[in-house]
Amino acid sequence: MADIIPGADDDVLGTVHRWKGEGRKVALATVVTTWGSSPRPVGSQLAVDDKGNFVGSVSAGCVESAVVDAASRIIKNGKPELLDFGIADDQAWEVGLSCGGKIEIFVETVD
Amino acid sequence: MRAGQLDKLISLRDSKRSVARVTDIATGDDVLIIDGKAEGALAIDAKLQAAIDDALAREESRLIEDGNRRVFIQVLTPPLRLAIIGAGHISQFLSTIAAEIGYDVTVIDPRTTYASATRFPGATLSHEWPDEALASLALDRRSAVVALSHDPKLDEPALAAALKSDAFYVGGLGSRKTQAQRRERMKGQGFTDADLDRIHGPVGLDIGALSPAEIAVSIVAQMIDVLRPKKKGVKSA
Repeated sequence: MADIIPGADDDVLGTVHRWKGEGRKVALATVVTTWGSSPRPVGSQLAVDDKGNFVGSVSAGCVESAVVDAASRIIKNGKPELLDFGIADDQAWEVGLSCGGKIEIFVETVD
Repeated sequence: MRAGQLDKLISLRDSKRSVARVTDIATGDDVLIIDGKAEGALAIDAKLQAAIDDALAREESRLIEDGNRRVFIQVLTPPLRLAIIGAGHISQFLSTIAAEIGYDVTVIDPRTTYASATRFPGATLSHEWPDEALASLALDRRSAVVALSHDPKLDEPALAAALKSDAFYVGGLGSRKTQAQRRERMKGQGFTDADLDRIHGPVGLDIGALSPAEIAVSIVAQMIDVLRPKKKGVKSA
């Protein structure tokens, strides 16, 4: 038996599908790397629509607001971005990870 | 994500199939790996293919450095499954809690008044005998089986079927005395001690659970305990 079997999560892709069906513009954020005590595993996803509604999570609430801000920019210009968060960053403490972990989050639009 | 890829991912999810989505995180170009076939705009060389195969086998998403590009392999898998034998009170809570965690729940009880849609909203119901019902479920290593009927006629064929499968968790309700009697009977059917040690019984973590809902919590907690790898040096209390 493999040692890691992913569990359930919010139905992020299902929600994205529904939002797209309603004509909303959507960005999808995915945790692609973690170091240290990051709260959510690689593969965790957060979807954001053009009104700033979001579903899913990429941290324990530490960086979601920053991801939502980045998503609105990415929805506008259509270019994917790799976001980088960690306690060591010079960013304001409210968008750092208080747990001391580091994460990289890939954000893309869903066409 | 290009148009069309999301529709494919949703359709694979609905048909409960695994898929890997492989994305170049500089450009956003992606490809879906469906039953070994690639569908999309990203080229795959032998090294990347090997990494994809490994990620799929381990069900583990990961970022890899592929030459001068960074590629994210996301593995999407269907839900874990739970088969509950017996449609009593504990089963109602277990069905609800497991569904909340994301399990696909099937409740098996030939007594149709117990295993009803009113009592088990959202669960798949089977009124077949447990051995037949479990055979049609084709249990695998992403399946859990919990026998809660209190009736050896129902529970034992279910446990026997579970022990012959790769189910990651097998639980059986009953006191220590009941467990010992069941063990003797199942040994008579050719099961070894090692086989029978796979049955968690008395079922659930020992947290002093009393009510049906608390017992359901202890069972779900034990399923998680068995499923998840533990960090070295971290002891459970």
